[in-house]
Amino acid sequence: MARVRVLVGTRKGAFVLTADAQRTQWTVDGPHFGGWEMYHVNASPADPNRMYASQSSGWFGQLIQRSDDGGATWAPAGNAFSYAGVPGTHQWYDGTPHPWEFARVWHLEPSLTDPDTVYAGVEDAALFRSTDAGATWTELAGLREHGSGPAWQPGAGGMCLHTIVLDPSDAARMYVAISAAGAFRTDDGGASWRPINRGLTSAGIPDPHAEVGHCVHHLAMHHDRPGVLFMQKHWDVMRSDDAGESWREVSGNLPTDFGFPIAIHAHEPETIYVVPITSDAEHYPPGGALRVFRSRCGGDEWEALTAGLPQQNCYVNVLRDAMAVDRLDPCGIYVGTTGGQVYASSDEGDSWFPIVRDLPAVLSVEVQTLP
Amino acid sequence: MIRVLLPPQLRALARTGDETMLDVAAPVTQRAVLDALESRYPLLCGTIRDRTTLRRRPFVRFFACERDLSHDAPDTPLPDAVATGAEPLLIVAAMAGG
Repeated sequence: MARVRVLVGTRKGAFVLTADAQRTQWTVDGPHFGGWEMYHVNASPADPNRMYASQSSGWFGQLIQRSDDGGATWAPAGNAFSYAGVPGTHQWYDGTPHPWEFARVWHLEPSLTDPDTVYAGVEDAALFRSTDAGATWTELAGLREHGSGPAWQPGAGGMCLHTIVLDPSDAARMYVAISAAGAFRTDDGGASWRPINRGLTSAGIPDPHAEVGHCVHHLAMHHDRPGVLFMQKHWDVMRSDDAGESWREVSGNLPTDFGFPIAIHAHEPETIYVVPITSDAEHYPPGGALRVFRSRCGGDEWEALTAGLPQQNCYVNVLRDAMAVDRLDPCGIYVGTTGGQVYASSDEGDSWFPIVRDLPAVLSVEVQTLP
Repeated sequence: MIRVLLPPQLRALARTGDETMLDVAAPVTQRAVLDALESRYPLLCGTIRDRTTLRRRPFVRFFACERDLSHDAPDTPLPDAVATGAEPLLIVAAMAGG
């Protein structure tokens, strides 16, 4: 019988939540790496027993952990993230040049086909790749050096490369997003990159339509339709039907189009989910009511999903990597909050229930659907 | 032998006991001790000092003989009591940074 394994990264450890296909009885395992910030835990699509985890702390810096047995045991992998060459400068918050400095790994994206290949998105923004299961890391410097790097500047959370999307139809194509630089695409396996931000409008930068400088919060792509991308930007929910060449806004009737995560239904490429947040200053749901919004037509028209979610006195946030879907039928949706709850829906978002309520602040949620 | 006390987080990571014993040739300095420690436990590379600059991480402290040695130059000899093994070198997670 199929089952699901939910990988949860929190401010103080990682947790693994498992259930069978009914998704009613859950086992909670953890904390793993208690006391450490677990920015992201992710598993290989090619080998579900292969997992990678980003482990860091203000005291001891960055570590990468790897599991070869589905999370039963873990061992440290390589943590040497050295920028290629002399990395130069980017813009600091005050507009002055600031040297590129490695801070942490925000996101780990295993290859779709090779369990030993994994990509790491880091702060200060750069993309690294390992082809030896995390033992060694090499920067794909063509991104940082494509030309606009000196103009990039950090968002409030740091200048991070937080989103990596691999194209299942074209091994040479991938997308990344950087706060606050924007979205970028490579068509040659990471050797060269270019910004793909045409159509984005950001009031917080001198030229609202600039080629770079946009605070893209997250990207999502359905595996069956790789040319279509969805984006949650700082403000605005966006859609591209041409692999990022152009974007149009699909915020429609959302109560606010600020937010962090965006996800796509596993079986319906036009069904998308966002979690509207009040504003850039108020990182909590409007009116203290946590609502996931669903569009069944690829944006513009949205419905609030509230059943089972707290509808009063709720002032949590849902971070960019903290929403994920499983591949069961009906599709399950999982949302982790900064208040430590992980809410799940086993009916495409129609109703929700908490799997756990009292974890540390949730940084990331990934889901494995296992046979 | 040099005695080193690691913070609990790094003890768990390196799977060591309370105290780590290291054979360090004279002169016994912070750099020599950390080199020996990282040689024994490579996975500690980058956790106490930056991999590239070899500077102490900001929220890590070095104490010994009831003194804060964190700001000493890395090639300054450690106190005789540490070099003789009478006292341990404490590597401490600062009261901040968590």
